[in-house]
Amino acid sequence: MLITSALITGLGLGSMYGLLALGFHVTYAVSATVNFAQGSSMMLGAVLTYTFAVRMGWPLPLAVALALALCAVYGALVEILAVRPFAKRGSNAWLMATVALGIVADNTVLFTFGKEPRGFQMPWATGSFELAGITLSPLHLVIPATGLALAAALNLFATRTRAGKAMLAVVQNPDAARLMGINVQATILGAYALSTVFAGAAGVLIAPLFNVHSDMGTLFGLKAFAVAILGGISSAWGVMLAGILFGCIEALITALLGSTYTQIVTFGLVIVALAAMPTGLFGRAALKKV
Amino acid sequence: MMRWTRRTFAGAAVAALLAPALPALAADTIKIGLVTALSGQSARAGEALTRGLTIAIDELNAAGGVLGRKFELVTRDDEAVPAKGVIAARELVYKEKVAVLFGGLDTPVSIAIVPIMNESKVPFMGPWAAGTPITKNGAEPNYVFRVSAVDEIVDRAMLQYAQKTFGTKKPGLILVNNPWGQSNEDGLKAAMQAKGVAPAGIEKFEGNDIDVVPQLTRLKAGGADTLFLVGNVGPSAQVVKSLDRMGWKVPIVSHWGPAGGRFTELAGPSASDVHFVQTYSFFGKQRPVGEKVLKMLMAKYPDIKSAGDVTPAVGVANAYDAMQLTALAIKNAGSTDGPKIREGYYKIATYDGLIKTYTTPFGPGRHDAITESDYVWTQFIDNQILPVGMKK
Repeated sequence: MLITSALITGLGLGSMYGLLALGFHVTYAVSATVNFAQGSSMMLGAVLTYTFAVRMGWPLPLAVALALALCAVYGALVEILAVRPFAKRGSNAWLMATVALGIVADNTVLFTFGKEPRGFQMPWATGSFELAGITLSPLHLVIPATGLALAAALNLFATRTRAGKAMLAVVQNPDAARLMGINVQATILGAYALSTVFAGAAGVLIAPLFNVHSDMGTLFGLKAFAVAILGGISSAWGVMLAGILFGCIEALITALLGSTYTQIVTFGLVIVALAAMPTGLFGRAALKKV
Repeated sequence: MMRWTRRTFAGAAVAALLAPALPALAADTIKIGLVTALSGQSARAGEALTRGLTIAIDELNAAGGVLGRKFELVTRDDEAVPAKGVIAARELVYKEKVAVLFGGLDTPVSIAIVPIMNESKVPFMGPWAAGTPITKNGAEPNYVFRVSAVDEIVDRAMLQYAQKTFGTKKPGLILVNNPWGQSNEDGLKAAMQAKGVAPAGIEKFEGNDIDVVPQLTRLKAGGADTLFLVGNVGPSAQVVKSLDRMGWKVPIVSHWGPAGGRFTELAGPSASDVHFVQTYSFFGKQRPVGEKVLKMLMAKYPDIKSAGDVTPAVGVANAYDAMQLTALAIKNAGSTDGPKIREGYYKIATYDGLIKTYTTPFGPGRHDAITESDYVWTQFIDNQILPVGMKK
């Protein structure tokens, strides 16, 4: 029971890490840049949904849709304000600029949303039921199912749609893509919007498990970055699988060894894994053809 | 005739700017500092401390103050971060020159501030943080006093209450992973050892943990019949929600962390299952001091319409009594000199306060005014903290 229960917890949290890490993957694949403040994007998803659904009393689907749309706008702003000006000059300062913009977002929410954390109970998310002798909450099923469905949707988008194929073309050779008439800048902008939507969706899903406040995404963002590197940031499925693996290992260590060792052993394993496989568990080393 | 040079103009401008500040300087108030979390998960508790101090100061000032001077409250937000608490404490002591510093809602913040206060010889009064080493800090002379719960005493009370109320034989400990959790781990272990009780397990969780199910599953597998919970409002809510997801109904006896915020909203319907310790409740028959303070609170703060709106009551009550005792200490000292105020605390004979009638509450080696017999056990019913078993 100890192991099964830990695996269920790990699957839920892990798919959230994966969803956030997919956001890192999407932008890295297209532009070799990432939004280091993905945790803030996740927080925005939860805070905006709470504001629309609870404070303004809108129906939940509408609240979620508008919150995710605003997340996409925020993602585009991150690209325009904190990434593009620096990447254009070949500078790595976007690294700090994205962190800074995240801090601005966190503090703006702190002063507008309020300083106190708020509970976001959804009627369907409370209570528990028994399945094969294990007590489960609906959230235990909904979170990983939605996480995996979004990852699958990304895969379909990238392989089956014109925009997705354009994205892949930009990944492979931006100059050739530009010559083929693909708007590289717009594709990168779209990737940032998509990345923030993934993070926002993770925020909406995690809200009933957690509570909604301005720094709810900080630790989560950090773990998701570890997951993205562990999975090999260039592989979408690799990142998602690494998220689930990270979540399960974290929960298993707590269940089997005790919570004192969770962070030490989990991050110790990340270092060992990266030392053994520098491109991540599922990533491939970039080839430079001359 | 005076020549209006550029320098004369500058001098006149500076004088004009400073003029409004002069009367304030002339009044020469006694400054009381407060460093506490005024934002974040414990914002409500910080607000309660501010209100308790404000009410006491208003009452003291209306009666003419002490030593012919009025009190002035200067507050700073530490955001529950020790480093920010230290910066704020230094500013209040060295720049604002407060006579006494109140504060530290969180034990880690208080522990970080204690050395500054013993070094600067300015008394530090704790109206909330319960960590045992705050007052038992090993310094001589010790400038730290407290009118609040003390972990090692609360821990003995938690075990006693659990045994009496739930017939607890094998408790499981679920503690937040910070110095406060550590202080209670030590206290609970000592309390259990003294009574020959062996725990089902001791588990820690992070303040930002989303799911505490793995830790709780270990305690369940270890045969825990009661949980001893130590954590602030947000983390405590995470434990309750995780228990709900597991479908595990188990008695929860808690330190007073849940009292600090919107516990019912954060923890959901099972919030009322948590029985936690408090030093005061405004519910039930009040002594005249209780009635007076409640009346003053209702007059000053429009959001307080009844006893249930004084949340968390413990913050208001501790801060109110601590301020009244501090005024007596300053009166006994006859000055605002730190070492003399410290001696002044020792000289307090009796004070008929909100929590109890204090009789020589402080003395050398006795810097905690609240004792085991002053605790009350409470639970959340909707959004109000009520003594256990009392209906709204």
